[in-house]
Amino acid sequence: MAVQVKIPTIMRKHADGNAKVEAEGATLEDVLIDLEAKYPGITKNVRSDDGGLHRFINIYVNDEDVRYLGSLEAKVGEGDTISILPAVAGGWADRSR
Amino acid sequence: MSDFNEEQVVRYARHIILPGIGGAGQRKLLDAKVLVIGAGGLGSPVAMYLAAAGVGKIGILDFDKVDLTNLQRQIIHTTGDVGRSKVESAAETLQDINPGVEVTPYDTILSSQNASEVIEPWDVVVDGTDNFPVRYLVNDVTQWLGRPLVYGSIYQWEGQNTVFLPGKEAPCYRCLYPEPPPPGTVPSCAEGGVFGVLPGIVGSIQATEAIKLILGVGEPLVGRLLLFDAMAMDFTTVKVKWDPECPVCGKSPTITEPIDYDQFCGLVPGQAPPEAEHGVPTTVGR
Repeated sequence: MAVQVKIPTIMRKHADGNAKVEAEGATLEDVLIDLEAKYPGITKNVRSDDGGLHRFINIYVNDEDVRYLGSLEAKVGEGDTISILPAVAGGWADRSR
Repeated sequence: MSDFNEEQVVRYARHIILPGIGGAGQRKLLDAKVLVIGAGGLGSPVAMYLAAAGVGKIGILDFDKVDLTNLQRQIIHTTGDVGRSKVESAAETLQDINPGVEVTPYDTILSSQNASEVIEPWDVVVDGTDNFPVRYLVNDVTQWLGRPLVYGSIYQWEGQNTVFLPGKEAPCYRCLYPEPPPPGTVPSCAEGGVFGVLPGIVGSIQATEAIKLILGVGEPLVGRLLLFDAMAMDFTTVKVKWDPECPVCGKSPTITEPIDYDQFCGLVPGQAPPEAEHGVPTTVGR
């Protein structure tokens, strides 16, 4: 099943700069595996060492947090939008000076 | 009509005739006390719109000085303010916008030592901070004190807004992200950059939500995280649920005292990050 995956700004360097990419899968885990195959390194900061999901990155299937849909086992359907949302502090540019 | 003086009747005329505010609503604004944490990109439009709206008492907290690099987005400061204390510069602008507003500047760093004392006197808190340590501190303390927290954050071309309303099984920031990201997992500061108008949009949404909370009108942005992408010009909303396991607002809280997380942004890539220790006062980095 084809889904749209919205890539946050900080991860776009792993996705050839794309804000949205397509991936395949019936569950979130399938989608992440497919994403990693297409864009190596993209899920490095999404998945923890034990294979689960980091708590400082949230993933949504449409507008639902996957934590309440079974996390990696969350079912995804044709045309769903997956959003990856890392914690953002904002204003970091201030410190680059 | 709610004891307005002549100047106020004219100044707030467009609010007083507005369905949803009216004379009674304007009186609520004049009696309200809002604390704006940060006099930067987000704090600028928030504080300016709150002052213009006649929010009677506005607190503004920042420890920094105005820098030339700030002026591309921090519209509360002007070129002549470079080098001045941000809160001093901000307070002056707010008084220029509306001399009827009482401004309390806090030229300080928010820490576990002072957060409760600073936040306690205010009705509503607006988070315009730019770093995780203060974000978590503000979240935790507003939850404990029962103060609504109007959240906004920005990164490059994207912004986020939500409102955390303590109690009633509504989510807090830790329901969304229980702990700050470990050092090394967030982009280095040099990768930052921010579109100058972005905090204007996100901050204006924060000001809107703060005013709605004061008035008690409309649907507050509670339990919903608004995501704005300026490049795509797209607003989307995702659900934020109260987490019964939340370390601060859950059924069995494990965090009950303010924490000073170490500031880790600004590290040179590859350099070992400082150990984040709980309960040890640290300064917030620039």
